[in-house]
Amino acid sequence: MGKKKIVPLGPYHPLLEEPEFFKLYCDGEIVKDIVWETGYNHRGIEKICQTKTFEQVFYVVERICGICSTSHPFAYANAVESIPGVEIPLRAKYIRSIVGELERIHSHLLWVGLAGHFLGYNTVFMWAWKYREPILDMFEIITGNRNSYAMFTIGGVRRDISDEKANQLKKVLEDFLPKLDLLVGAVMDDPVLHARLKNVGTLTAEDIHDFGAVGPTARASGVDIDIRRDDPYAAYDLVDWNVIIAQAGDVFAKAEVRLLEMYESAKIIQQCIEALKKDNNDEIKVKVKDIPPGTGIGRAEAPRGEVFHYVKSDGGNSPVRHKIRAPSYTCIPTFRRSCVGGTISDAAICTAAVDPCYCCTERMAQVYDHSTGKKIMNAAELIKLSQAKTRELRKKVKL
Amino acid sequence: MGKEIFYFLIFPGLLFSGVVGGFLSWFDRKITAKVQFRQGPPLLQTLYDFVKLLNKETILPEKGSRFTFMVAPIFAVFGAAISAVLILLPLLNIETGFAGDLIVIVYLLNIPSLTYIIGAVASANPLASVGASREMKLILSYEVPFLLVLTSIIIKANMTIKLDEIISYQVQNGAFIGSLSGIIGFIVALLCIQAKLGLVPFDIAEGEGEICDGITIEFSGSTYAMVNLAKYIMLFILPALVVGLFFGGLNFANINILWSILKVVLVVLLLTLIRNTNPRVRIDQAMKFFWIWMNLFAIVSVVLAIFGL
Repeated sequence: MGKKKIVPLGPYHPLLEEPEFFKLYCDGEIVKDIVWETGYNHRGIEKICQTKTFEQVFYVVERICGICSTSHPFAYANAVESIPGVEIPLRAKYIRSIVGELERIHSHLLWVGLAGHFLGYNTVFMWAWKYREPILDMFEIITGNRNSYAMFTIGGVRRDISDEKANQLKKVLEDFLPKLDLLVGAVMDDPVLHARLKNVGTLTAEDIHDFGAVGPTARASGVDIDIRRDDPYAAYDLVDWNVIIAQAGDVFAKAEVRLLEMYESAKIIQQCIEALKKDNNDEIKVKVKDIPPGTGIGRAEAPRGEVFHYVKSDGGNSPVRHKIRAPSYTCIPTFRRSCVGGTISDAAICTAAVDPCYCCTERMAQVYDHSTGKKIMNAAELIKLSQAKTRELRKKVKL
Repeated sequence: MGKEIFYFLIFPGLLFSGVVGGFLSWFDRKITAKVQFRQGPPLLQTLYDFVKLLNKETILPEKGSRFTFMVAPIFAVFGAAISAVLILLPLLNIETGFAGDLIVIVYLLNIPSLTYIIGAVASANPLASVGASREMKLILSYEVPFLLVLTSIIIKANMTIKLDEIISYQVQNGAFIGSLSGIIGFIVALLCIQAKLGLVPFDIAEGEGEICDGITIEFSGSTYAMVNLAKYIMLFILPALVVGLFFGGLNFANINILWSILKVVLVVLLLTLIRNTNPRVRIDQAMKFFWIWMNLFAIVSVVLAIFGL
């Protein structure tokens, strides 16, 4: 191996929307190793959640991610509602699904645009984001906000979707689908894009299992997982839709999965709208008096993959422990497989391909003994533990 | 002597080609904006950019050779301005030039790219050095097909290597774009120019999303203004050279003036459309593209030119 030099990807880089640092150890243009340095974005969200009431936590977790800002409330709602075992009204289920799927459409469009921008294809960037605008406007009509919708609450949703708004939403979707056809055609039939994305950053199904990657990243490698189907919540088991899977595992397959998923999302929303119109019951939330002691686990399929929330209640009005795992947490380590061995150009698009969300992911942990309150493990020891695990994994991966 | 300095500094050299190149750059950005559903910049935006950059602080790299780093962009502008003089004098019917000036032009057109490489390496920035190595590979790839296209032009124009005579040959016998070898040659030349100007899909040396503008990353303030000025000039003279080689040059007698301007704008429009409908390719793909496909087309063009097609 020749002399290795470090090419920095970050902390401030046009590739990354957030401050994040990837060190690429390069031999010429070939990436030999990649090191991820975190810590620019730590906000202590989990700790903040423990100081808020169960109701207020919705608006905190909503701000974990600016893009998938409904997937965290979704998972949190699933977690909290599982403690007393609340069954939310049917209407609320449909409304939750509509908001979740609209968000998937806008998040995937955002990704398509950004991926185009990283490839120097600014026309796709501008077009995708232009088509995203009506979706955001629709959010404003339905929820009152273009982002951070504040739609969910314990036991249901905060706003109803009237028939008039439902019709409006239906029309927006009808206008959107031909544009999506155009965009899909532009991406799928472009020979230069094929040359640039096919066989780049390939992840096999085995890699996905090794790193535990989730969401479109896993589905593009032929791993058939989707929380919406495997562990149904909201109205996903009441409507007809398919899980999109591709086999190739390269960046192109990931783009394909995301583009085709938008059609499925549109299908789900259309069915939910029809169901809402038929449903005459106006109830959108049930009253939950208090959260009994216990633990709840909530999962939701965010546009980037599985979001996991663990909530522990002691019967008081705020969670005593709230653990959040964002999908990027497991997707980002796959860079060691997808980027290493490729060129710097490939590394740029491979890092973008998992649709990473860095600030969602950053956590810091310390372990206390519950009975004595003594610190058992501090951050450095946990890092040591994690490094031992990584070494084990590395032996398996042979890096 | 005074005349030569006037040629170099005012018309058709530095000032004239810089201003025209600035307007063409605005045109490029405006069309790009329209393709992307955007408003686009006002007419004088390139001037505002240039003046703003001149007023800004110039940050020099701590490590690396500062003198070379500062001088490199000035050489880029000089190289671009001298080639502007040599291309535009025969093209605008001012002077005839000298025998073999086409060869000198080919050499001079490489100076801006070479000075960017020198400046980038002198800045001692790892991203800039990646950009510089990419630019070197790119020069090696697009130079050969470009020279082959020039060969086919020279064969078609009765073995003359003088730009002025190539143009007058076309005025008498019809523009080269009207023949089969001319069309193939034009396509190859257009793509080579795309790479020379560093536009998408061949903006590999800059690669904004990969290496943050790579080769020009360390330039700031007035040094970056000089880099931009050289780019404006190149954006004018390279299409002008293509117009001279394939479209029979420019003619400024009465109504033809409109037609002449249209020819240059048309070539720039083609470059803009190519850059807006393609993603950036990798450097190995670009090399393969030029060495295999473009060389093949260029050789076909040469063979066709030998048979008089």
